[in-house]
Amino acid sequence: MNAATPTLSGRAWVFGDRIDTDLLSPGYAIRKPIEELAKHCLEAVRPEFARDIVRGDIVVGGEGFGIGSSREQAAQALRYLGVSVVLAKSAARIFYRNAFNLGLPVMIMPDAGQIADGARLEVDLGAGLVRDATSGREFRGEPVPDFLLEFVADGGLIPNLHKRLHGKPAA
Amino acid sequence: MITPTAMTLSEKIIARAAGRERVRPGEIVTCKVDLAMMHDSGGPRRVQPQLERLGAKIWDPSKVVMASDHFVPPPDVDSAEILALTRRFARDHAIDSFYDMQGICHVVLQEHAHLLPGMFAVGGDSHSPSGGAVGAFMVGIGATEMTGVLVTGEIWVRVPESWLIEWRGELAAGVAAKDIMLFLCAELGMSNDYKVMQYTGNAVAALSMNERLVLCNMSAELGAKTGIIAPDASTLEALRKGGQAVGNDALSWQSDPDARYERHFEFDAGALAPQVAAPHSPANSAAVDQHAGVRIDQAYIGACTGAKLSDLRMAAQVLRGRKVARGVRLLIAPASTRTTREAAADGTLEILTSAGAIMLPSGCGACAGYGAGVLASGDVCIASTARNFKGRMGSPDALVYLGSPYTVAASAIRGTIGDPREFLQTRAAA
Repeated sequence: MNAATPTLSGRAWVFGDRIDTDLLSPGYAIRKPIEELAKHCLEAVRPEFARDIVRGDIVVGGEGFGIGSSREQAAQALRYLGVSVVLAKSAARIFYRNAFNLGLPVMIMPDAGQIADGARLEVDLGAGLVRDATSGREFRGEPVPDFLLEFVADGGLIPNLHKRLHGKPAA
Repeated sequence: MITPTAMTLSEKIIARAAGRERVRPGEIVTCKVDLAMMHDSGGPRRVQPQLERLGAKIWDPSKVVMASDHFVPPPDVDSAEILALTRRFARDHAIDSFYDMQGICHVVLQEHAHLLPGMFAVGGDSHSPSGGAVGAFMVGIGATEMTGVLVTGEIWVRVPESWLIEWRGELAAGVAAKDIMLFLCAELGMSNDYKVMQYTGNAVAALSMNERLVLCNMSAELGAKTGIIAPDASTLEALRKGGQAVGNDALSWQSDPDARYERHFEFDAGALAPQVAAPHSPANSAAVDQHAGVRIDQAYIGACTGAKLSDLRMAAQVLRGRKVARGVRLLIAPASTRTTREAAADGTLEILTSAGAIMLPSGCGACAGYGAGVLASGDVCIASTARNFKGRMGSPDALVYLGSPYTVAASAIRGTIGDPREFLQTRAAA
């Protein structure tokens, strides 16, 4: 079964290389519930991020996005803030897996550095295509495998497991 | 000639766990998990609600090992509640291998010989590659993924390319596994995704199991999927000391002689100087003299990477008969209660405390910004830990340098970052 792959669109928030898990979910806020923790997401590099982000916006990173600890709150904070997809030149393995397991897609895109902050993007995960509506350019990324698109469509690994165990995703 | 069936050690372990004759790098396969490890931070408090939501039980509690090491000892009620929840989880799910405040999970796992050569293991912590020190294939995963493993006993993996990292010769006095890894972080960078680093060479064979753990542990900083070292006589000796009746057949877990490595690096261990990483990345590493003279407020010896018995002994070699500089605080959090006991028995602890070290409880502590010893804005610290990301160890406006326990101890004596070899040479001359 092919999972549905809707086109995602939103404003690009562009970051540099090695955005690590301590920047995404700082240790000093890690005990707080996600709605509090998310306010600190990326504040050390961009204080206005959590305040100004709009649901559907897209985070663009460089090399090694999400490097650092295994803490899932790094991906959870982005998802809580409404990020629709993370585009990066490369992503840390655990962050990549955590993100899909929580229903947040990540697409590897070697040309991520060519996207300007604030650009309007349209992303087709299954096809691995990114269209920059601001500049009119198109970029190729690595298409997301079907079984990971199914995680995204189900809302993450837990609803997906629920479907496998009980025949339907959890409500 | 490369035979079509030749495999690296990691490929052999993955193939065995996937029930396949062979696997190739890049393939996605599903593996059966031999051991799953989790701790108080990423474990029960995240996993329990998900298990309840699924109405599922743990596939095999005898294959689960738990340690409370992050919120220990609890400095506030929230932390105490997390630890209480962790204990209830271990009891309710009949998990016998539960180490409550006994030390950092990766170190406890090694002390109690839970991992064997050839095992396929997962851990709910990014430093889980530490398990590779005994020749197991162990990867770090997040909490939701851990729930998947606990329910199904399986996990999908993309077979990584193997890189062979060979260290020839002999490390000089005052140079340690930590220096090897800081050097590699600068040399190879931190984005080596989907690679497994296999460490080899006579300099690696000469390392104790504590030191081998550092190589595999900091493979996480290289961005690798994991690190691994093929088992040898030292491995078996350590496992037997830890209570495992392991047979010599465990030594058969080796790469085939004609296995294919994507890359092969050779380094001369004898030429390696002590390394120091500048803020805010382990990749900002250079020989210690590049940072000599930087004034410090705090020296920290802690974490799975830097506070095992071998690490405490390194610090003691430098600190014996000396004092920590005025205005500098040297904090030491031994990696486990067994480390403390053994350091007390062999005199190491006395040397450290006589020098003025302040001893802290065992646990992940200040390394991850959770426990005692976090930094204020403007503080400058040198630590034996694995990471110096901005804000990790406290204030985002603190500066953290990384070095080996030798280098941290030498810097504590001077009050500025400095080369530990001078202290060791004076000793030899005396």
